Amino acid sequence: MNPNEAPRTRVRLRYGKNGRIRFTSHRDMARIWERSLRRTGLPVAQTEGFSPRAKLHFGLALATGYESDAEYLDVDFKCAEMAVNEVLDALVRVLPDGIAASGGSVLAPGTMSLQQAVTSCDWDIELLDASADDLARWVDQVRGAATLMITRERKGKQITDDLAPQVCALEVGEPTSRGVRLLATLGTQPRSARPSELFAASELPYLPVLVRRTRQWIEQDGARLEPLEVGAAPAQHTLVGVH
Amino acid sequence: MSLWPELELVLPDVSKPARYIGGEGGMVEPEHHPSKVAWLLAYPDTYEIGLPNQGLQILYEILNERDDAVAERAYAPWVDMEAEMRAAGLPLFSVDTHRRAADFDVLAFNLSAELVYTNVLNCIDLAGAPVRAEQRADGDLLIGAGGHCTYNPEPLADFVDFFVLGDGEEAVSEINAVVRDWKRAGKKSRQAVLRELATVEGVYVPSLYDVAYDGPALVSITPRFADVPAVVEKRTVADLAAWPYPKHQLVPLTEVVHDRLNVEVFRGCTRGCRFCQAGMITRPVRERPAEQVRTMVADGLARSGYDEVALTSLSTADFSGIEEVVSATMDCGAGEVSVSLPSLRVDAFTVGLAAQIQRARRTGLTFAPEAGSWRMRQVINKLIDERDLYGAVESAFSQGWRRMKLYFLTGLPTETDEDTLAIGELARNCVDLGRAHTKNPSVTVSLGGFVPKPFTPFQWFGQNTVSELQRKIFLLRDDIKRNRGVQMKWHDPKASMVEGIASRGDRRIGRVIEEVWRQGGTFQEWSEHFDYDRWTQAMARHGLSVDWYVHRHRTDDEVLPWDHVSAGLHKDFLWQDWRDALNEVGLEDCRWTPCYDCGACTGYSIEHIVASAVPPAGGSQGTGQVPAGYQPPAAVAVQLSGSGTKASS
Repeated sequence: MNPNEAPRTRVRLRYGKNGRIRFTSHRDMARIWERSLRRTGLPVAQTEGFSPRAKLHFGLALATGYESDAEYLDVDFKCAEMAVNEVLDALVRVLPDGIAASGGSVLAPGTMSLQQAVTSCDWDIELLDASADDLARWVDQVRGAATLMITRERKGKQITDDLAPQVCALEVGEPTSRGVRLLATLGTQPRSARPSELFAASELPYLPVLVRRTRQWIEQDGARLEPLEVGAAPAQHTLVGVH
Repeated sequence: MSLWPELELVLPDVSKPARYIGGEGGMVEPEHHPSKVAWLLAYPDTYEIGLPNQGLQILYEILNERDDAVAERAYAPWVDMEAEMRAAGLPLFSVDTHRRAADFDVLAFNLSAELVYTNVLNCIDLAGAPVRAEQRADGDLLIGAGGHCTYNPEPLADFVDFFVLGDGEEAVSEINAVVRDWKRAGKKSRQAVLRELATVEGVYVPSLYDVAYDGPALVSITPRFADVPAVVEKRTVADLAAWPYPKHQLVPLTEVVHDRLNVEVFRGCTRGCRFCQAGMITRPVRERPAEQVRTMVADGLARSGYDEVALTSLSTADFSGIEEVVSATMDCGAGEVSVSLPSLRVDAFTVGLAAQIQRARRTGLTFAPEAGSWRMRQVINKLIDERDLYGAVESAFSQGWRRMKLYFLTGLPTETDEDTLAIGELARNCVDLGRAHTKNPSVTVSLGGFVPKPFTPFQWFGQNTVSELQRKIFLLRDDIKRNRGVQMKWHDPKASMVEGIASRGDRRIGRVIEEVWRQGGTFQEWSEHFDYDRWTQAMARHGLSVDWYVHRHRTDDEVLPWDHVSAGLHKDFLWQDWRDALNEVGLEDCRWTPCYDCGACTGYSIEHIVASAVPPAGGSQGTGQVPAGYQPPAAVAVQLSGSGTKASS
């Protein structure tokens, strides 16, 4: 198909996933987004073929049960211009409880996909019945470890990876009513390191009762950028919403 | 009040935790109050199976619209969740506000299939009530049940306080009034509220009836009090147009079966298929006005964001003016809307209909000829001839479908191996028809073992044994094996046998259900949990004969366990239809031909509500009138000539 005959605008949205709805899967979220966008009546572009689907491009999957303040989704609209504010306003009416769109930007053509571009994520992890002092000792241990080996299964084969290079930052956070917080930054390239893998590799002695992704980062020319700040179309330099 | 803080600690450890969170679009978080009756509407299977159930959703809305009732929902927790709940001391809970079951007044089950009966017991137990009705105290939950299986309530009679027969739209409010008054007066006597419930039309309270046996034979089921009805009549909503429910169909956050907008276009069916319980017990036909269908579709799509609509009924292609309704449906969404018609009779599936529904996404296509030979279809009164099937298949292939599913039953009365093998012949001919349109046409034969059901002409028929069903299945499998393009799936004949125990069992079967449940036999309709030996052993331990309950032909003078409940159908009408079946005599569809007085209309002074006075165009239409000059063929040869296809004898 000739790209000139079909105008397209790609909008990157940031949203949170909090509360009970955190127990839905990545796949469930895709369906929720499809239905919600249809309800807005906005002109979302469709795939060709016998089973047309909305053209949505999801970022890194969030494990079922984790919360997030920083999920991202790229949506293609079949129009030459699309005001981010209009999209955000329309979404307020239709998104289910616990899902809230908090910002967006129009992307320049050719902007790298979220899956390729995101380099790290910040995590806020609530540990049940943990004390700050004990956790600090564990954090020192992990940071001092030369390697953090994990074994995972992929296509029926056992694969061993070293997680240590992926642990970008690790520190003790504020105490909570149930325990104490652990703050971590984990790398996502070449593959995304998961908090659960960190717990397994380091033999974390506490139960993580709540895991929340707080930020995603794209490292570009030595600077860390929020995914909404990357590749915004210069013509319509639209960036809406703040953390 | 809410169990959520405890639940969220166990949810990370169970499979598919989203099925326990609620939060669906259309969900209600009702305000409970001592003056309101609190209903926990339960589906005794997984959330994925139970959430779409329309009956439950209709009652959920009707009750929550009342100012003297609140309703929430519960589903059977999967085995891993149940283990976590029992370990943590967590009871059955509602998914809406995560209240414990004991905070409700009524726990009401939808009974759609017999194999869920052990799950019913498990849910009552998880709710914290004694499973046997006689052991419940005044303050314990009232256990109710509705749905198609209540037409033989006896196997669950020892566990359920009250059953509701037929349409629940009106009955539920009458029951609510009785329970409300009892609750406001301090729930003093359970016996008193049950007596009062028994006076509500359509309500059966099994504890108020004496059962007498003579050896294995059932002699009588009689009420113990003068104000308790000797025969409980079903409820029928006279006009579906008065009940445009659900108005706010629940839109789940996680994937479920039938995950689409479902709009019921009519209730009841008078095609008269003799194996079909649904068609017998839901008479007469009550069509929803086409305009209301359009409104419900348009509103539902806008509210839900779905892009697929199912127009549901027992035979949707029979709906008056179906092509116009489908066409309007597809035009009313913002984008492409696909329409699925879940129950399609082949004789009413036309090229026009095929063309309509393939405009958007092409949904799966299933036809149900039910039997392979014309003779067999005369016995079951599914009077579609081969030409109808081939016409429908041709329509579908010509409109771009490449695969379809054909549903058949085996183990039907008078069935011979020739009848069974005719299924393979039909499937092969369908694939041949497809070759003219596509390179790799595929037809899947889905074969189910026939289980006779109450209130059908086949209620007297002795079900085929497991080995006989298995033999027929393998006979057909071996016959089909060599044919490219024909696949075959079948239902486990052992599961059909167990279904048969409960389908026509009497009150004594309750002990068997309880024993299987106590041994951990839940989710029996799931093949990975089904345990045949548990059932046969429990039957033996209680001195009950599988042969007697399942495989024995009944006689016309026998007292049936469901004789004290009524779907309106005269027993002598059913008996005559059974004799006609054995004589291979068909019966017309009374929607378009004169009344033969089966009892469903005359008994309740109601009538069909059908917009069209004539059957849909084309085909033999299963009206019992075989097209002029039609000679049932010994075998049908299919000739392919250019793009057109003819079947001839």
